[in-house]
Amino acid sequence: MDSSKKQLRIATRNCGFIDPENIEDYFGVRGYEALANAVTANTPAGIIDEVKKSGIRGRGGGGFPTGTKWSFAAANTADQKYVVCNADEGDPGAFMDRAILEGDPHSIVEAMALCGYAIGASIGVVYIRAEYPLAIKRLIKAIDDARAYGVLGQNIFGSGFSFDIELKYGAGAFVCGEETALIRSMEGSRGEPYTKPPFPANAGYWGKPTIVNNVETFANIPAILVKGADWFSSIGTEKSKGTKVFALAGKITNVGLIEVPMGISLKEIIFEIGGGCPDGKEFKAVQTGGPSGGALTYKDADVPIDYDNLLAKNSMMGSGGMIVMDEDTCMVDIAKFFLDFTMDETCGKCTPCRIGSKRLYETLEKITSGQGTEADFEKMKSLAVNIKDTALCGLGQTMPNPVLSTMNTFADEYLAHVRDKKCPAGVCSNLLEIVILADKCVGCTLCARVCPVNCISGKVKEAHVIDQAACIKCGACIDKCKFDAIVKQ
Amino acid sequence: MAKISSIADLKKFQEEYKAKAAAKKDKILVNVSLATCSIASGGKTVMQAMMEEAAKQGINNVEFMQSGCMTYCHSEPTVVVTLPGKDPVCFGKLDETGARELVQKYLKNGEVAGTVIPVNYNRVEL
Repeated sequence: MDSSKKQLRIATRNCGFIDPENIEDYFGVRGYEALANAVTANTPAGIIDEVKKSGIRGRGGGGFPTGTKWSFAAANTADQKYVVCNADEGDPGAFMDRAILEGDPHSIVEAMALCGYAIGASIGVVYIRAEYPLAIKRLIKAIDDARAYGVLGQNIFGSGFSFDIELKYGAGAFVCGEETALIRSMEGSRGEPYTKPPFPANAGYWGKPTIVNNVETFANIPAILVKGADWFSSIGTEKSKGTKVFALAGKITNVGLIEVPMGISLKEIIFEIGGGCPDGKEFKAVQTGGPSGGALTYKDADVPIDYDNLLAKNSMMGSGGMIVMDEDTCMVDIAKFFLDFTMDETCGKCTPCRIGSKRLYETLEKITSGQGTEADFEKMKSLAVNIKDTALCGLGQTMPNPVLSTMNTFADEYLAHVRDKKCPAGVCSNLLEIVILADKCVGCTLCARVCPVNCISGKVKEAHVIDQAACIKCGACIDKCKFDAIVKQ
Repeated sequence: MAKISSIADLKKFQEEYKAKAAAKKDKILVNVSLATCSIASGGKTVMQAMMEEAAKQGINNVEFMQSGCMTYCHSEPTVVVTLPGKDPVCFGKLDETGARELVQKYLKNGEVAGTVIPVNYNRVEL
């Protein structure tokens, strides 16, 4: 191992190395060996022990210990149990599950069968979003091939254990990534969450004990069982073991998928792996946990990233989207952007989420349009906390996070919007003025000619003026001016 | 197709695969990233262009394969070329012209051309 390299690929170990549509390639990387050893030489309890010992926690966002979850389902007696793979990846800017499904689908098939053996289930269901047609195609091919070779289906490896997998398609609702809503959706009902308990491990799909795990969690399982729990638990921090796949997106030079050991610092991710912000711009913040998380800034640069540290910083691991923002990003606008997403995606079942999100969004709209007051600031805070405390499911409970976190970290930016009616990043168009600097303007008339609303006036070779009342702040004049004489203020 | 009904069967398949892989060691291996995103950025065009150009240049000992995400979104489409006896090299930001040039220069003469992406990770191999 080269210690100068910050990344360690476990969940994505085969992505980009094997042909995902060729099962022989997967055999070549010791595929299905963990399953073969488990069903012929190990007990279900032995598998659960190993997964528990590895310390792996759910990679979908919640971070619940996977082995413990499995042991709950295993302890239940039922005529049928289910293994569900949550492939309803809906976070804006997150695509790690798609990469795994498209690059290494057999690892998911194998891991689901392993989970089935461990908890005593014979049926697995992948709940995958219909927007991932290639992932679906490769997964179906993987399942068909696995059946044809007999590593899936009846009497696997002559052990008497049988397991098969079917697919259910999600129709693009963000809330269906929440496990109870996902189960409802799989049953053909509306994708609405319900209160836990009962937890799915006790009564889930069709009321039967059900394990719902994320794609990335499953992708780690064969590696843990082949290389051992001790190996896996040697990676990461005390309470978060192994690695995490992040999707680096936004204002970052090396946009892409990365897999890093837990405990790596934000600084290493953004500047060493990500290469910093492009065009020499200053790094401002990074949103982890997507629309449910919060913003981390330079002062958090040395915090070791794991589940607990991110929570302590008012953010969360989430599924692993990392949206990087540079100096040109307005944090109030970003909070509004994420809220717009969750407001759209709320299922409407509970009031705090349905109406709270709308009211929160309206207040942000008021602030970004320059109508906000300091009282709004306080009202928003208490509303956000109320939503967090009273919403039914994870979507609602985490929906105010981007607002709370940016209010906390960038209070001065909010205050600039409400007190001074200024947007420091120059994003909120209602708080901007586009002006022509008289000493730089040579009177070329170019700006007046491109202005779509004809609000720029002036004589040739004399300084021009923008009529602020008519200006729509489109910025077309700024782009055209060859003398840098037009600026946003 | 033979069914795998025991660990011994699985081991046999692994051995067969290893033998097949070993038989390829004198070949040029071209691995094209073809996940949804790579295809969207032109991965299939690159693969097609490289195949055509290899045929045109009379390079016969080349084998193409598709794979999933290579994680380098910033430089898609990406291709990993392994010349016999050499370490794999990842080339990025390819288009049809770049792909043909890659065949003419690297596949034919071992002369590095275009954008090379350094490997920035350790991979766990089972």
